[in-house]
Amino acid sequence: MIRFIAPLAVFIGIAVFLLIGLDLNPRNVPSPLIDKAAPAFQLSQLHQPEKTFSRSDMAGKVWLLNVWASWCVSCRAEHPLLIALAKQNIVPIYGLNYKDKRTDAIRWLRQLGNPYVLSAQDVEGKVGFDYGVYGVPETYLIDQNGTIRYKQIGPVTRKALDETIIPLIKKLKLES
Amino acid sequence: MIPEIGHFALITALSVALLLGILPIAGTVLRIPAWVAVARPAAYALFLFVATAFGCLVYAFVQNDFSVLYVALHSNSALPIQYRVAAVWGGHEGSLLLWILMLSGWATAVALFSRHLSPAMAARVLGVMGLICVGFLLFILFTSNPFERLFPAAVDGRDLNPLLQDFGLVIHPPMLYMGYVGFSVAFAFAIAALIGGKLDAAWARWSRPWTTVAWVFLTIGIGLGSWWAYYELGWGGWWFWDPVENASFMPWLAGTALIHSLAVTEKRGGFRSWTVLLAILAFSLSLLGTFLVRSGVLTSVHAFATDPERGLFILIFLGVVIGGALLLYAWRAPRVGLGGGFNAFSRETMLLINNVLLVVALGVVLLGTLFPLVVDAFVALNIIEPAKISVGEPYFNSMFLLPMIPLLLLMSIGPYVRWKQGNAGELIKQLRTSFIISIVLAVALPFLMGEISLMVSVGLFLAAWLMLSILQGVGSRIAQEIKRGKSAITALLGLPNGYLGMQVAHFGLAVIVAGITLVKGYEVEQDVRMEVGDTLTMSGYTFRFDGVMSTTGPNYRANRGMIQVIKDGKDLMVLEPEKRIYNVQSMPMTEAAIDYGFTRDLYISLGDPLSGGAWSVRVYYKPFIGWLWGGCGFLAIGGFLAMSDRRYRIAARKQQARMASIADGRAVVDNNIATEASS
Repeated sequence: MIRFIAPLAVFIGIAVFLLIGLDLNPRNVPSPLIDKAAPAFQLSQLHQPEKTFSRSDMAGKVWLLNVWASWCVSCRAEHPLLIALAKQNIVPIYGLNYKDKRTDAIRWLRQLGNPYVLSAQDVEGKVGFDYGVYGVPETYLIDQNGTIRYKQIGPVTRKALDETIIPLIKKLKLES
Repeated sequence: MIPEIGHFALITALSVALLLGILPIAGTVLRIPAWVAVARPAAYALFLFVATAFGCLVYAFVQNDFSVLYVALHSNSALPIQYRVAAVWGGHEGSLLLWILMLSGWATAVALFSRHLSPAMAARVLGVMGLICVGFLLFILFTSNPFERLFPAAVDGRDLNPLLQDFGLVIHPPMLYMGYVGFSVAFAFAIAALIGGKLDAAWARWSRPWTTVAWVFLTIGIGLGSWWAYYELGWGGWWFWDPVENASFMPWLAGTALIHSLAVTEKRGGFRSWTVLLAILAFSLSLLGTFLVRSGVLTSVHAFATDPERGLFILIFLGVVIGGALLLYAWRAPRVGLGGGFNAFSRETMLLINNVLLVVALGVVLLGTLFPLVVDAFVALNIIEPAKISVGEPYFNSMFLLPMIPLLLLMSIGPYVRWKQGNAGELIKQLRTSFIISIVLAVALPFLMGEISLMVSVGLFLAAWLMLSILQGVGSRIAQEIKRGKSAITALLGLPNGYLGMQVAHFGLAVIVAGITLVKGYEVEQDVRMEVGDTLTMSGYTFRFDGVMSTTGPNYRANRGMIQVIKDGKDLMVLEPEKRIYNVQSMPMTEAAIDYGFTRDLYISLGDPLSGGAWSVRVYYKPFIGWLWGGCGFLAIGGFLAMSDRRYRIAARKQQARMASIADGRAVVDNNIATEASS
C-alpha cells in the first residue's frame, strides 16, 4: 500500500517547499543591510592577486559592488548592461568574484568584456556572507559614507537601472 | 472592439470547458448517454472559441493596436511582421494563451482520432482535458488577461526583447508547448483508466502513439532551444542547466521513461501501475515547469514578468491537478494489478533498468533545480544557518553522467534481449564483434585527433557501440528477409515501423553522444585583438579581419565585421558577425556568424571596439557540433516512424468494425457503462 501513497507524499513535500519559495520571491526580499554600513573587507584582486582591495579604498565615492561568478548563468544576462553602464562613466563598478576559480573568472571576463574597475576574489564566499548575498548576481549601491543604499537581487535590468539605480546615483552625487 | 471579442471568446471558452469537464464524466457515472455524447462537440467548440481569442490577439499585434497593454509591452511599429506574430507568445499572457490553444487543439485531435475508443473512455479522457483547460482559463482570465486595455493608448510599443527577435524563437515555444501540453493526453488517458478501473494492453496501445507524438514535439522544441542558444547568445554554448531548460528536460526524461514502460504494458501487460504513475509524472513536470518559469521562485535567464499572485494560483492549480491525480492513483492503482512475471534476464528487466536510470537522471535534474529553493526554505524556517549553496554546471555535468553511461551501455544490449526470457550466451556471441570494434575505435580516434582523454574515449565507445549494434540488428533482420527471397529495399521497407522507429531514435542518441563528446573534447576557441588586415590561424583555417562597417536593420543599428576565411591558400567565404543595438530597448546584442559543416562549425562573434581601430574578436572551431541537432532530428524521425506503426491503425480499424456492428450508438454507450459499472 505504501508504495502507492509514496508519490503523493513526495509531491506534498515538494509543494510545501514551493509554497515557502513563493513567499520568498528572490527578487522581493528586502535586505536588512539597506541603509546600514557596508561590511568591511579586504580581499586580493582578481587580475593582480598581490594587490588588495578593501571597502575603505572607496571612502568618499559612490560605487557599485556587483557580485558575479563565471558559473552564474544570470550574470551573462546582465553583463551587456554592466558594460554599457561602465562606458557611460556614471559610476565605477567593482566586482566581487564569488566562489569562483581565478582562471575561469579571468577567462570569462576576457570573453564577455570587463566592465569592472577591478574585481576582488571572494573564493570562500565569506565577504558575500557578510553582505547577505542571496544568490549570484547581486548588486549593491554604496554611497560616500560607506552605506548600502540599494540592493539588486538577481540580474540588473534596464528598468532597474533607468528607474532606480541611475536616478539614485545622481541624487547621491548631488547631495555631496 | 476586436480585443473585446477575444476576451469574450475566452469567457465563453471557460463555460464550454466547464461543460466538457463536468457533463461527460458525470454522464458515465450517472449513466446518462446524452451527457456522455456532449464530450466531442464540446471539445470542438472549446477549440473554436480559444482559436478565436488567439486570432484576436494575433490581429491586435499585426495591426499594432497599442491600446492593448500586452501589445504595447511586447511589440513596436518598427518590428517586422513575422516577429509581431511571434511576439504574441513573447510574454507571459500570450504564451499562456498559446498553451491553452494547444491544449484545446490536443483535445480536438483526441476527439477526432478516438472514434475507436469506447464512448465512456473517450468521455473520460476528454473530460479530464476539459478540466485542465478550466484551470488554465481561470488562470488567464483572473490573473493574466492578454486583452487588458491601456488608456490612454501608447503612442508606440516597448518592443519585443531583441533576444527573441529571431527565427528560432518564432518556432521554439510552439514546439515546446506542443510537447508539454501533449503529455496532457497521456495524463488524461491515465486518469481515465484509473477512474474506469480498466488498464490493459489496449489502453497502452491507445496511449502510446499520443505519448510518442508529444515526446517528438518536445524533442524538437528542446533541440531548437539549444540551437538558438548556440547561435544567438554569441558565446557558443548550447546547454546551461538553467532552471527553465531543466523544466523542459525533466518532462522529456519522464516522457522517455513512459514510452519505454508503455512498451512493456502493451506487449506484455506488465508495469501497469508504474506506467500510469509515469504518465502522471510527465504531465506534472510540465506543470511544474510552468510554475517555475512564471512564479519567479527561481531566477533564470528566461524569467517572465513575475508576480506572486500568479505563482500562488499556479501552485494551487498544481496541487489540485497533481495532488488529485496522485490521490486517485493511491486509491485506484492497487486494483490495477502488476501484470505478468518475467525472468531476471529479459527485455522486461532491461526496460525496468532503463526506467530506473531515467528516473534517477530525472531526480538529479529535479534536485539540482529545486535545491536552492529548498535551502532558502530551510533558512527561512530558521532550521539551518544561511548558507549559500549554488548548484551549477559542475554538479549537473558530473551527476547526470552517472545514470547516462549505464543507460547507453544498456541501449546497445537491450534490443537484443528477448521478452520474458533472454539468452545470455547468444547475446554475447551476437555483440562481441561490435564491442571489440568499438573499443578499438574509441582508442584509435583520439590518437588520430592528437589528444587523448578518458572521457572522449568513453563517449566515443558508447556512441560507436550503440551505432554498430543498431546497424547489426537492422542488418540481420534485413538479411533474414533476403534469405526468404526479398530484395534488400523491400526488406528494409517491410520492417515494422515500430522497430525501425526505435532503432532510428536510438541511433539519434548515439549521434548526439558522439557530437557532445567530440565538441567537448576538441573544440578550440580564441579571443584576439584584431586590426584590419590581421590574421589568425586555427585548426587549419586562416581568418583575416577586413574591418567593420556600420549598417542598419529595420529596428536596429549594427556594426558588421568582415572576416575572410582562408583554407589552403584559397578564399573560402566571408563571415559577417554583427554587434547590434536595438533602438527601442537600446540593448546590445551579439549576432554570431557561423559556417555550418558536417564535421565542424566555424563560429565568429564580434566583441568590443578597442583602441586604435582594433576590435576584439572571438573565433571558435567546434568539431561535430552539428551532430547534436542532427541527432535530435533522428530522435524526432524515429518517434514519427514508431507512432505510424501499422498495428495502431489495424487495432483502430478492428475496434471500429466491432463498434459499427453494434448498430445503435446509444446501445453502445449503455452497454459500455453497464459493463464498466459491473466490473
